[in-house]
Amino acid sequence: MAGPANPSGFLTTTLQKAVGWARTRSMWPATFGLACCAIEMMATGAAHYDLGRFGMEVFRASPRQADLMIVAGRVSQKMAPVLRQIYDQMSDPKWVISMGACASTGGMFNNYALVQGVDQVVPVDVYVPGCPPGPQSLMHGILTLQEKIRSGEIAR
Amino acid sequence: MSDPASLPDRAAALLAGLAEQFPRARFGSSLGDQVVRVERDDLVAFASAARETGLTAFVDLCAVDYLDRPEGRFEVVVVLLSTRLCLRLRLLVAVPGEDPQVPSLTGVFPGANFYEREAYDLFGIAFSGHPELTRLLLPDEWEGHPLRKDHPVGAVPVQFKAVEQAP
Amino acid sequence: MSNPPDFVTGETEAPEMVNRPAPPPGPVPAAEERRTLHDLWMAGTEAPREVARFTSEGAQEMLAEEQEPILAGQMGALVGDDYLSRPGPSGEDTQVINMGPQHPSTHGVLRLQVELEGETIRRVKPIIGYLHTGMEKTAEALTFAQGPTNVTRMDYLSPFHEELCFSLATERLLGVEVPPRAQAIRVLMTEVNRVASHLIWVATQGMDIGALSMMLYGWRERELCLAFFERVTGLRMNHNYIRPGGVAADLPDGWEDDVAGILAKVPPGIADYQDLLDDNPIFRERTVGVGVITAEECRAYGVTGPILRASGVAWDLRRAFPYSGIDRYEFEVPIGNGGDVYDRYRVRIEEMKQSLRIVAQVAETMPPGDYRTDDLKVTPPPRARLDQSMEALIHHFKLFTEGFKVPAGEVYEAVESPRGELGMYLVSNGEAKPWRLHVRGPSFAHVQALPVMLADSLIADTVATLASADPVLGDVDR
Repeated sequence: MAGPANPSGFLTTTLQKAVGWARTRSMWPATFGLACCAIEMMATGAAHYDLGRFGMEVFRASPRQADLMIVAGRVSQKMAPVLRQIYDQMSDPKWVISMGACASTGGMFNNYALVQGVDQVVPVDVYVPGCPPGPQSLMHGILTLQEKIRSGEIAR
Repeated sequence: MSDPASLPDRAAALLAGLAEQFPRARFGSSLGDQVVRVERDDLVAFASAARETGLTAFVDLCAVDYLDRPEGRFEVVVVLLSTRLCLRLRLLVAVPGEDPQVPSLTGVFPGANFYEREAYDLFGIAFSGHPELTRLLLPDEWEGHPLRKDHPVGAVPVQFKAVEQAP
Repeated sequence: MSNPPDFVTGETEAPEMVNRPAPPPGPVPAAEERRTLHDLWMAGTEAPREVARFTSEGAQEMLAEEQEPILAGQMGALVGDDYLSRPGPSGEDTQVINMGPQHPSTHGVLRLQVELEGETIRRVKPIIGYLHTGMEKTAEALTFAQGPTNVTRMDYLSPFHEELCFSLATERLLGVEVPPRAQAIRVLMTEVNRVASHLIWVATQGMDIGALSMMLYGWRERELCLAFFERVTGLRMNHNYIRPGGVAADLPDGWEDDVAGILAKVPPGIADYQDLLDDNPIFRERTVGVGVITAEECRAYGVTGPILRASGVAWDLRRAFPYSGIDRYEFEVPIGNGGDVYDRYRVRIEEMKQSLRIVAQVAETMPPGDYRTDDLKVTPPPRARLDQSMEALIHHFKLFTEGFKVPAGEVYEAVESPRGELGMYLVSNGEAKPWRLHVRGPSFAHVQALPVMLADSLIADTVATLASADPVLGDVDR
C-alpha cells in the first residue's frame, strides 16, 4: 500500500519489514574519516564503545563493499570531488551519516576552504551534531538511521 | 630565549660572525627571540653561511602580509635552528608588493620545498629557483591567494529560519 | 543570495568585498620552468634522476593524455590522475600507483603517488591539501581568547599542545606570567595528552602492519585518558582548556584519584604491548632497517620529535627551551641509534613511560594557588562576582565581546608535541585579533621527508614507514 512511509507502494508490509531488518543488521561503514571526528569514530569502533555489537566493526576500505558512509570530519574544497566519487562508487542501497558540525554545516570554519555542509555534495540521511560527537552520540545517530530504515521511512 | 648579553658565548660568536660577513643584515631581538632582517638579495648567501657555521636545522618558512608598509608589503620569515648550540634564529626578509619574488632556499635546505610552495599558494610570493612551484594546499585550478589581507575570509552568510535576510 | 556557492571553488563574495579591486595576480613561473627535468625530492641526499616530461596539466598530476579517455570511460567519471607507463632508469617499465586520499592506512587524507619498478619504490610524491581548513585565515577573524578553539583542531591528537603553544605565544606578547599552579596543570594535561597520542600511534602502527589486535588494546588505555580529560575539561577531544592567562577552570575534586588510576592501569598496558611487539619476529622483520632517515637529513628537512630522536639526536624542546615550568620535573629523553621504524617504536614507548613519570611528579607536587593569572585585563572575573560588581560585569562583557588587546609585536613559540616541534609564529598589531598566525606543524615537515625515508624501499614498507612518521593531516594542511 502506497503512503508516506512506503513510497514504492509495491512491497507488502511483512516483506518490507524483513528487508529493512536485514539491511540494518551489519551495515558496513566505508572508511571516510577525515579529521577529529574520525578519531571518535575509531573510538566508537574500539572495545569500549564497540560497534561490533551492531555488526559494524568492519570498516571496509573499498566503497564497493560498504553500505554506509560516515563522513567524519571537515570536507575541504579539494576533497569534495573525491567524496562524491567515493559515494558514487558505493552500490545501492547506501546511506550517509554526516558526523560532526563540520560535515553537517561547515562547523566553526565558515571560510573559503571548506564545503559548508556535506549535503551540498552527497545526500545525507542523518546528521550527528557535536565537535566532535562522542561515541554515544554517533551510536545514537547510527541507531536512528537503522530505525529509519526498519520503519521504511527511507525506502531504498 | 633571553637577551643577547646572557647567551652562551658560542652562540653569540656565531651571530657575531654572521654580522661581520653580512654588514647589511640588522640583528636584533624581539621578546627574547634572536631576529635578523636580511635583504632579499642576501638571503640565500646568508642562509648558506648560517648553515655552514652551525644553524643546520631548518624549522619554518612562512609569509606575512602587512598591506601598507614602506619597506615592502610582504615579509618572508625563516626560522633556523642549531641543535648543538640551542640557538634559534629568525630571518625576516621584506618583499615588495609589486614584485613578490624571493630567491628559493631549496638549494640550501631541501626542507624549504613545501613551505615555499605553501607561501606561493596562499600569498602569491614566487620563489625563483624552486624546482616545482605549484599550489600545495588548494586545488590546482584555484584562483587567488587567500591569506592576503585583501582576500575575504569567504564566509557564507547563514540564513536563519525566522529572519528575512537581504541577499 | 546573488549566486549559490559552487562547492568546487566555494567563492562567495561578501557584499562589502564585491567592489574591491581584485589583488594583482602573483607572478607564475613560466610553464617551461615547471616542466623541466627536476628531481629535488631527494635533493641534497641523492643524485638527481631522469624523469619524463610532464604534460601541460601541471606538475601535480602525472597524466598520460592518450590513456585518459579510456579510464574515464571505465570509471564513469573524470579521474584526476592516471596510470603512466614509461621506461625507468634500468629500462624496465615503471608504474605509478596512487594511494589515497581515501585509504585506510594513510592516517588521514594524505595522497601518495608512488612510482614503482616492480616492488621497489623509485619515487614518492606526497600530495596534500585535502584537509585544508583555512585555519590561519580563521585565526585572523577570531580574538586571542577564541584562538585556542581554532588551533586545538589542527593537531587533533594533541589538542592540549596546540592550545599551550598558542597561549604561551599570546602570553609572551602580553608580558603576563601564569601562576605556578596553572603551569603545573598545563604540564599535567599535556603529558597525559602525550600518552594518549602515543597510544593511538602504537594502535595504528600495529594495525597498519597487520597486528590488528593492537588497535583494540591501544584504544582501551586511551579511554582512561579521555575519561580524565572529560572530567577536567568537559570534553574528550578539542578541549579549549588551556587559554591565554592560565587554564579555563581548576582541577575537579578527586583528580588525584583519576591520575592514580591512570598511573596504575596504563603501565601494565604498555608492558603488554612490549610483550607483544618488542621481540616479535614478524614485527621486527617489518620494522628493523625500514624507513631509515639519518640525522643530517632530519635537520635538512626540519624533522623533529621522536623521528629525530630515533636517528640519534638528543633534541627535546622540553630540555632545550623549557616552557611552563617543565624543567622542575625529572625525566629522561630516550634516543635511538638506527633511525628506522623499530627505533621510533621503542622511542615512543619509552616516551610514554617518561611522561607517566612526569605525571606522577606533578600529582605529588601540585602547588596550590590560582589557576589563572590575576591580571584583570586578560582574565575574566569569576562568575560569582558578576552579580556583585559593576566593574566585573563590564570587564566580563568587554573581554568576551571585543577581547583583550595584545601589544604589537611578533613572536615564535614552540613546544614539544608528541609529533615534534610544534611552533607558532604570532604577529599582533595591537588589536584584539591576531594580525597573522602561522602554525609550524611538525607533520608538515615529516610528510615532506617521506620520499627520503622511502627511498629504494619496497611498496610494503610504505605503510609501516608512514605509520611511524605519525602524521596528523590536520597539522599538515591546517
